[in-house]
Amino acid sequence: MRRPWLSLVAATAAMLITAAPALACGGLIGPNGAVNLLRTTTFAGYTDGVEHYVTSFEFAGGGGAFGSITPLPGVPTDVVRGGDWTLQRLIRETDPIFDEAFAAFDAGGESAREAEVLLETTIDALDITILRGGGDEVGLWAKNHGFRLPPDAPEVLDFYADRSPIFMAAAFDADAAAARGQALGDGTPVHLTIPTDNPWVPLRILGLGKADGELVEADVYLLTDIKPALMPNAGAFAESDGLILDHSEGATESLLDDLRSDVGMEWVPDEAWLTKIVVSSDAGELDFDLAIDASGAGRPSATDAGYAPFGNNPVPAAPVALYLLLAAMMVIALPIIFDRWVRGASRTPPLAGA
Amino acid sequence: MRRITRIGSTAAALLLAVTAVVGCARSAQTITITIHYSAFDPPRLTVPRGVPITFVLVNQDPIDHEWLIGDASFHDAHRTGTHASHGGVPSEVSLPALETVETTITFDEAGTLSYVCHLPAHESYGMVGELIVGG
Repeated sequence: MRRPWLSLVAATAAMLITAAPALACGGLIGPNGAVNLLRTTTFAGYTDGVEHYVTSFEFAGGGGAFGSITPLPGVPTDVVRGGDWTLQRLIRETDPIFDEAFAAFDAGGESAREAEVLLETTIDALDITILRGGGDEVGLWAKNHGFRLPPDAPEVLDFYADRSPIFMAAAFDADAAAARGQALGDGTPVHLTIPTDNPWVPLRILGLGKADGELVEADVYLLTDIKPALMPNAGAFAESDGLILDHSEGATESLLDDLRSDVGMEWVPDEAWLTKIVVSSDAGELDFDLAIDASGAGRPSATDAGYAPFGNNPVPAAPVALYLLLAAMMVIALPIIFDRWVRGASRTPPLAGA
Repeated sequence: MRRITRIGSTAAALLLAVTAVVGCARSAQTITITIHYSAFDPPRLTVPRGVPITFVLVNQDPIDHEWLIGDASFHDAHRTGTHASHGGVPSEVSLPALETVETTITFDEAGTLSYVCHLPAHESYGMVGELIVGG
C-alpha cells in the first residue's frame, strides 16, 4: 500500500430545473449529447485502505434515458444502494444555510474492442456497470450502449484511463423511474466500496460537455483519518485553481455518529477529519483532479491530480515572481517603517512625572 | 520535305498537349484526414480544380463523427438538417467510431469550402476545417 489515506466520496446532488435526472460526480449526458449538470455534491471516505464513495442520482422529471460516466481510482468490491441521508447530513454539518440546502437536495458489434465489464447491478431505476479499459474501449462501450458522448469525451476518457482504467457507467431511465413511482427530486444514492491506495477525486469529469466559460460547481466532502494535504492546495495563497477550502476541522462526534447510523456507513471511524472543498471553476480551466494525501507525509501525488506526465498541464509552480515582488517591497518598506518608528519614538513626550 | 516536317511537328505537339490534359485529368490525389480528440488534422487543405480527390477519413475517436464539405449555404442546411446519417453523397460522410471511410470528390469550381462535423456541439467544439480549391 502506497500510503494510508482518507475517505473521500464524491457524489452528486444536482438539481435540474427541466427534464433530466441530477447526477453525481460523473459527466451527465443527455439524449442529445448535452450535459445538464448544474451542481454536484460528493462524499468520499477513506479509512484502512478502503474508499467509500457515495453519490446520488436524482429524478428531476422528464422522460427518456440519461447516462453518466465516472472515473474510479480502483475496482469496487461492492456497489449497493447507499444510505438515505448521508449527503444531506454532511451538507447540514457545513452549510450555514441548512434549510435551503436541504430543501434543494430533497427537491432534487465491436465487442472485441469494448471495455471489459467487471460488474453489473441495478439500483432502483439505475443500471450500473463497472468497466475496465482504455479511453477508446470505454468510449466504444458507451456508444454501443446508447450513450451519446460529447466531443470532449475522447480526450477526457484518455486523461483518466492513463491513470486508472476503471469507470462506472450509470444509465438512468427516467421513464422507468416514473413507472416506479419516483417523484420529482427523489434520489437514488449509490455506495461504492473501493480498496485503493490511490486517493484522488475526479474533478475534470465535471466539465465534460461544457464549453469554455461555463461554470462548474460542485461540493466535495472528504472524511479522512487525519487532516489531508491536497493538490491543488485549495485555499492556499495563489494556488487555489478555482477550489475553495470551505471547511477543514475535526469531524464532530455527532456527525460521525449520525453518519455511522445510516445504511452501509458502519465503517465510519470514531475520529476523523472533515474537509469540504467547493469547486467553482471555468470548465475550460478545470483540467485537473484533486489529489489527497492523508498519511501525514504532506505529499499529494501530482500524477493523481492529473498533472504531467499524464495531463496536459504542468504541476502548478510556486508563484515565485509574486514572492520576489513581496520580498522587494519588504526590503524597501522596512527601512522606511523603521525610520518613521525611530523618529516617532524620539518625538514621544516624556511620561508625566518622569 | 519542309512541309512534312512542319506537319509532323504540329502533330507531335498536339499529341503532347492532349496527353498532358488527359494525364492531368486522370491524376487523382489521395489525402488523409485524421480525426483525433474531435479535431480535424490537417485543418486546412488546398486541392486543384477538376481533379478527383480521394479523402481517406480516419476516425481515431471512440465516438461517431461526420465529415460534410460544402459552402456556407450547404452547412446552414446541415446545421439544422434531419439526416441521422450520411453515405449516399460523396460530400456527406458519416464516420463511425474508430473506423476509416473513403470518399472521392472532384471539385469543378475554384473557391473556398469548409468541412464540418454537424453532430451536436461538435462544430462549436472546433470540428471545422477549410478546403481551398485552386484555379
